[in-house]
Amino acid sequence: MRKFLFRVSVLVLAISLVTPLLADDHGSVLDKVKNRGKLVCGVHGGLPGFGFLGEDGKWSGFDADFGRAIAAAVLGDPSKVEFVPLNAAERFVALQTGEIDVLIRNTTWTLSRDAELSTDFAPPTFYDGQGFMVPKSLNIESITELEGASIGVTAGSTTELNLTDTMRSLGLEFKSISYADIDTLYNSYEAGRVNVVTSDKSQLVARRKDLKNPDDHVILDVTISKEPLGPLTIHGDNKWNDAVSWVVYATFFAEEHNITQENVKTFKTENPEIKRFLGESGEMGKKLGLPKDWAKQVIISVGNYGEIFERNLTPIGLPRGINKPWTQGGLLYSMPFR
Amino acid sequence: MMEDNSPKVISDKIPFYRDIRFLKVFFQILFIIGIILLAVFLYSNMLNGLSKQGTELDLTFLNSEAGFELSEGIDFDPSETFLKAFWVGIVNTLKVSILGIFCATVIGFFFGIARLSSNWLIRQIASVYVECFRNIPLVLQIVFWYAIMLVLPGVGESISLFDSIFINVQGVYLPSLEGTAGLIPWVWYLLAGIILAIIVVLGLAAYRYFFQFRELHETDRPSFISNIIFGAKWVAAPIFLAVAIVGWFLTPEVPFELLQPELQRFGFVGGMNFSPEFTALLIGLAVYTSAFIAEVVRSGIQAVVKGQREAARSVGLKESQVLRLVVIPQAIPVIVPPLTSQYLNLAKNSSLAIFIGFPDLFQVGEIMMAQTGQSIPIFAMIMVSYLIMSLTTSAFMNWYNHRITRIGR
Repeated sequence: MRKFLFRVSVLVLAISLVTPLLADDHGSVLDKVKNRGKLVCGVHGGLPGFGFLGEDGKWSGFDADFGRAIAAAVLGDPSKVEFVPLNAAERFVALQTGEIDVLIRNTTWTLSRDAELSTDFAPPTFYDGQGFMVPKSLNIESITELEGASIGVTAGSTTELNLTDTMRSLGLEFKSISYADIDTLYNSYEAGRVNVVTSDKSQLVARRKDLKNPDDHVILDVTISKEPLGPLTIHGDNKWNDAVSWVVYATFFAEEHNITQENVKTFKTENPEIKRFLGESGEMGKKLGLPKDWAKQVIISVGNYGEIFERNLTPIGLPRGINKPWTQGGLLYSMPFR
Repeated sequence: MMEDNSPKVISDKIPFYRDIRFLKVFFQILFIIGIILLAVFLYSNMLNGLSKQGTELDLTFLNSEAGFELSEGIDFDPSETFLKAFWVGIVNTLKVSILGIFCATVIGFFFGIARLSSNWLIRQIASVYVECFRNIPLVLQIVFWYAIMLVLPGVGESISLFDSIFINVQGVYLPSLEGTAGLIPWVWYLLAGIILAIIVVLGLAAYRYFFQFRELHETDRPSFISNIIFGAKWVAAPIFLAVAIVGWFLTPEVPFELLQPELQRFGFVGGMNFSPEFTALLIGLAVYTSAFIAEVVRSGIQAVVKGQREAARSVGLKESQVLRLVVIPQAIPVIVPPLTSQYLNLAKNSSLAIFIGFPDLFQVGEIMMAQTGQSIPIFAMIMVSYLIMSLTTSAFMNWYNHRITRIGR
């Protein structure tokens, strides 16, 4: 009996040592998502307009819609997404460990993140810039008047670094208080714990609407940084990064050619590029490892870039600014579907 | 053939695989090999995973510029290194833990003794305190205290005490003592006072020992040491105080000045201040842990046999003396080991600071992870830091426990 127990325990030990090796999956995330039948997407949990869990338990927002677009392209169903809310400091660890497949969470594309963070960026979906919000009662118009202020910022973000850089280059003394949780940040701003809050302007606009008296707060006219925000995938998985990138381009492309959620199913065209886009000719899907009609599915489920923007960001008062197609003087430029 | 009825001869040589002395060593070695193999496996698995992500274990990032500001702690400039930032986090954790342990012990002893009070009301208040704070998760308590801090009046409407202490949503501001140009001369006066006192005491002790009590027999004569103690008490202290006071007035400038906090555009500047984050964390940790310490103290006191208490009363000691001289000294050895665990818990729980934005070791670590992507080395650094803190605490407490049990028994 004792011998038997001994053998069993040796076997158990051996299995537990070997299993992680066997489970080690060397395939692309793309195959993982297909096999699982579900996309796991890291988003912001508390940013209306971008990633927000509503009271009805439904995720809404610009970033969430891009997650749905990827699910539609890969799995043909925009509802096959699981959203994981992450704070700024957790997000990269979640991506590195494979807890999420793609990170779409207002993440700024920077050299360090691209090179040393073991992440790869897909094209930016939103070109933002960092600004400051202050109470009107302080009568502040320019950034140089912020000498000595307590400034609230999100811990582990680029805004934290830009703030320090800017204040240092202007030679201004200040105090920065970093919060891991965005709700705590805006609560303490509203309570007066921090005099100023700094973040991407889109976030300031979105959160100002939720303050008790939005009109008592102003967003300063200054922009201290470039914040190109876009989706991220794990470093070195080119197949998966290609798929995510082209989903983004598909939304740009559709807007360039006026293909909308409404007309995509009946869109009649002789334009060979649009035909390739819709999957009516060529092998675009196969090259990416996606179904033939992947781009069509994207537009059916979430619409083109303009529609995604209007649904999520126009209601919170964000102007389109430079987030327009290049044909209208903006920065959105789809690579050719060829 | 004749059957062999004689008992089987048992060889007195036991085969090695049944020899308990051999087996003991063998299994120990086997176990160690197993542990080493497991460690090697885990380590290589980690390296494997890292190389798949295209990163490698590299600690040089610690020497590059941090680039972020920390809201409180020892002096830190964004141009300093990540390593320095981490050190700021460690010091903040130590600060809040040590203060927290001190407060929790005081409050805990108070409520622990109060739970055994003969007064019904005090007893009930103490049990309500213990049961409330012991049974609510600490995160909630810390967030609750922070929410309380945030409803304090704004900077313009600060609560002011004696026009020098100000309380508002940005924290508590107190005047601070700052040394002036007169400080260094005054320190010289103090040193002179100490030297003078030592000379006088030694002289006095020698005089008393060799002259005043010379006639007394060796055994009746106060020892040289006790003469020194006598002198220190009655002569040295007054001399030192006198020199210190005279020196205070002789220095060109008063050695210290009070630096009052001043209201500026964005809040108070100058003086000492406790930020709302620090205060909320400190109160949360102290209150939560004190509820556990109260229980530890109560059980320790109840572990002292009833007879001791009764005996102490019967020799005529007052109730406070019974507690102070008889019960507590015997309860301490019972209290210290569980008290140690509470101290360790407090230090580790301080990592909940991340919920309210206090830059402790864990939050600084998280920021560094986000800014550099070096999760594994930073996680290891955080773990090692907590481990060192905990091991030091428990080594100290074990030493203390050893000492008091040796004296007590």
